[in-house]
Amino acid sequence: MEAMMDNTSTPLGPEGQFWAHLRDGRLMIQHSRSTGQFVFYPRLIAPGSGADDLEFVEVSGAGTVYSTTTIRRPAKHGGDHNVCVVDLDEGVRMLSRMVGCAPDEVHIGMRVQAAIEPVDFGTHANSEQPIVLFRPALCVSETSS
Amino acid sequence: MTSTLRGKSAIAGVGTFGLGRAPGMSAMDLLAGATAKAIADAGIKLSDIDGICGGTLYHMFPTLSIGEYLGIRPKWACSDMTGGSSFLSHLLQATMAIEAGLCTTVLIAYGSNLKQAGNFGIFDLPVFEKVYGLASPLPGYAMCAARHMYEFGTTREQMAEVAVAARQWAQLHPDATMQAPLSVADVLASPMVADPLSRLDCCLMSDGGAAVIVTSPERARALQRPPVYFLGGAGASWSREVSQIPDFTTTPTAECAPRAFEMAGITVADADVVQLYDAFTINVIMFLEDMGFCKKGEGGAFVSGGRIAPGGALPVNTNGGGLSFAHPGMYGLFTLIEAAEQLRGNAGARQIAGAEIAIAHGNGCTFSHEFTAVLGSASTV
Repeated sequence: MEAMMDNTSTPLGPEGQFWAHLRDGRLMIQHSRSTGQFVFYPRLIAPGSGADDLEFVEVSGAGTVYSTTTIRRPAKHGGDHNVCVVDLDEGVRMLSRMVGCAPDEVHIGMRVQAAIEPVDFGTHANSEQPIVLFRPALCVSETSS
Repeated sequence: MTSTLRGKSAIAGVGTFGLGRAPGMSAMDLLAGATAKAIADAGIKLSDIDGICGGTLYHMFPTLSIGEYLGIRPKWACSDMTGGSSFLSHLLQATMAIEAGLCTTVLIAYGSNLKQAGNFGIFDLPVFEKVYGLASPLPGYAMCAARHMYEFGTTREQMAEVAVAARQWAQLHPDATMQAPLSVADVLASPMVADPLSRLDCCLMSDGGAAVIVTSPERARALQRPPVYFLGGAGASWSREVSQIPDFTTTPTAECAPRAFEMAGITVADADVVQLYDAFTINVIMFLEDMGFCKKGEGGAFVSGGRIAPGGALPVNTNGGGLSFAHPGMYGLFTLIEAAEQLRGNAGARQIAGAEIAIAHGNGCTFSHEFTAVLGSASTV
């Protein structure tokens, strides 16, 4: 794994590097050159193979919903929201939330596109740190055309 | 292969305490209350205990806290923490310790004031679940259920059958929290909490304590209760967090149950009664499939038509389970207790006549760790 520092010259571990790349607007996933394996979440060595040549590579962000649920919440507690698990085309699985469509419009097998966005929930709520969300693949192409 | 551990320990006493709602009680109070019941049931003294297994949601060093509270200085202790399945793993650990001569009499204990405390204590959320504000463990199970429905056509009605069967068993248990009649229509009409799971697809949130006394077969035979023999036990863990579950429709039960059955020398056809950790209705369907009671994908049809309810062909969760009996955060120990009650012929109105072999099965985190135990009456050893 390549050394990487943040802007105050603090060394970043695997997870820190992942977040730093997102701050730069890039979805980077670890890849082992020797085994061809993609790895998520970020680790020092690859699970199973133990490969120690993991390096971050930029991925397309294209994926498919493996499973999904709508968490039902009263409006005063933020209303319903989606939670999903997405298989990136590179072969890693990520927990996330779908945005850009109603939570219950998300379905298994749906093609989706990663979006790096600030959020108002979880660890990085209302912070400078964006996280990986997903949007329907069609919506992304429509908005970019 | 004959295992050297088959029949090498026995449950000599069981106890529960403060089930449902226990105002003013701490987790350790509830654990101690259950321990007092279990030693009275076994007919032993607290000072006879020289080994401790256990854990709670609120203690980082549980066997130290348990030993100190009870005034026991254990010769051996184990707090293997795999979630709700921990306490079944403890049964295997205790069997090994007793067989190795490290101790003679092990307390396996649990207590939780979850309902009063309203939180999961030191239960830590993985980094990439915290990032998404995941209200664990509900969403993970909901997505496993959704995937099972997608791949196999499992229906909400079939999942509801699990809740209805649990309620019918609970109605036969005087200590069960939920006693009101329940229909499939009631489950379908209950509010959705995380699609496709409704409120009545989810286990209870209870206070309560549970305790089991494990000792050598020789000592157990000298005590006042019919010994319940350890015949086999095995665990398997494949993941910790939801995104790392390799297959949302197959649990590590598919790996550990065959190992447990091999140790016990049984097949599923030999099981007279089955106690499964039913955190959610889908769990029962997937565990029955993974144990081999039916093929993968056929669990929904298998549980339908009252097959696992009172009077059905396969008695499952005869105490009412986590869905209707009690669920103080981690339920695993209650599967052992109900299995023991059935094998001792002590289960009252819900007794399965002539029950000789019971399966007790615990689940930890989100289908992360599974542990299958096989217990038997005197006729099996």
